[in-house]
Amino acid sequence: MTQHVTITINGQPFEADIESRLLLVHFIREVANLTGTHIGCDTTSCGACTVLVNGTPAKSCTLFAVQADGAEISTVEGLEQGGKLHPIQEGFFEEHGLQCGFCTPGMMMTSVAFLKDHPNPTDEEIRRAISGNLCRCTGYVNIVKSIQYAAKKMRDDQAAPTPAPAVTEAEAVR
Amino acid sequence: MIPDNFTYFAPNSLPEVWDLLRQHEGDAKILAGGQSLIPLMKLRLASPAYLIDLRNVPGLTTLEEHDGSLVIGAMVRESHLEQSPLIQARYLGIYEASSVVADPLVRNFATVGGNVAHADPANDHPAMLLAMGAHITAQSPRGTRTMSLDDFLVDTMETALRPDEVLTDIRVPRPLPHTGSAYIKLERKVGDYAIAAVGTMITLDGGVCSRAGIGLTNVGPTAIRARQAEAYLVGKQPDEATVREAARLAAAAAEPVTDLHGPAEYKRSVLRTLTARALRLAVQRAQGGGGQ
Repeated sequence: MTQHVTITINGQPFEADIESRLLLVHFIREVANLTGTHIGCDTTSCGACTVLVNGTPAKSCTLFAVQADGAEISTVEGLEQGGKLHPIQEGFFEEHGLQCGFCTPGMMMTSVAFLKDHPNPTDEEIRRAISGNLCRCTGYVNIVKSIQYAAKKMRDDQAAPTPAPAVTEAEAVR
Repeated sequence: MIPDNFTYFAPNSLPEVWDLLRQHEGDAKILAGGQSLIPLMKLRLASPAYLIDLRNVPGLTTLEEHDGSLVIGAMVRESHLEQSPLIQARYLGIYEASSVVADPLVRNFATVGGNVAHADPANDHPAMLLAMGAHITAQSPRGTRTMSLDDFLVDTMETALRPDEVLTDIRVPRPLPHTGSAYIKLERKVGDYAIAAVGTMITLDGGVCSRAGIGLTNVGPTAIRARQAEAYLVGKQPDEATVREAARLAAAAAEPVTDLHGPAEYKRSVLRTLTARALRLAVQRAQGGGGQ
């Protein structure tokens, strides 16, 4: 009844012998100890547990970890790179996209995948894309604004390639 | 919620699936997208001892027109169907049904084959596929069997699949010229099952309805084909009075039950309205008013 799996999360492989019935969300939280992915309703309704499975957003409470054997998972912990927030995180910060914050990791993971295919979305498209993610604070207006903020940021970044990192004074002296 | 334990297999071919089904007859369930089965297992309404995942079986993700039919492989994901230009252009009713199954995240893993094989009368595809005259392909070591969806759907969560058979694809006859289809669902919010929903298909020949299909969701033990309403439409011009009478007949064919969403009579009334709307839309599409 146990099975050996290797699941890569945010680029790091995690190997474990697990029971077949272990849900992916429990693997992420309890085997990989990444607790940014939340368990909300546990009944496939709320989307707080949304992660990317090979780039596709899924409710990780409704997948067995064994189904993800060999898969690449992305969670909210993988968004920030080198101390720099992902545009979607920056958007939620700037536009007050969270109140209690419980739905936020799922909202952001859904948005990241959505924005890849829809760089210039309408508010209606955003609302449709996040219709599987529930915010119990009902803060949808600011969530939509946050996603629009990220979309714009990502479009601007695309248009203007990142300049070479600024040389610090210490480095210049060297 | 933790499901009961089970042994998991992810075989690489149909013959391996058949072997496992034979070895564990009665104790094994096929796992497709899992978006209905896993919730049932978490609630312990289902506790299969063996799960046979189809994810590694090749050849089950076909989505194309072939030999006069649209072939939908058993493992085609709902989101794949929903985003397919072919479905959006030529099978609008199926597109509309796929776009209201659960929510966008569930649709990324949910499969069309699972939606049909689960045989939940609340699922959206069966009614639409009944209206389109779909057939089911089942494969077993004994060969390939084809049956109409009407024959496939036996009762609530019960199908005509034999213990050694696997649903491998769904075939929808290519619509004749001047055919339109539509699917309209009433749900309280995204992600809910239908309070009621209706799938329709109409073929026109010189302004007269030559074929009609009407399927009803979540108002009986299975998806229901409204046979009397279909027969009434054939040979008539689908004018407003005809549409209204067909809608009345369709609602009469339903067997809704009173529940949290409302009394049976309310649902019958909803069905009459939805059927009329879905028929008008299918007729408009058959007349060339945008898509099929």
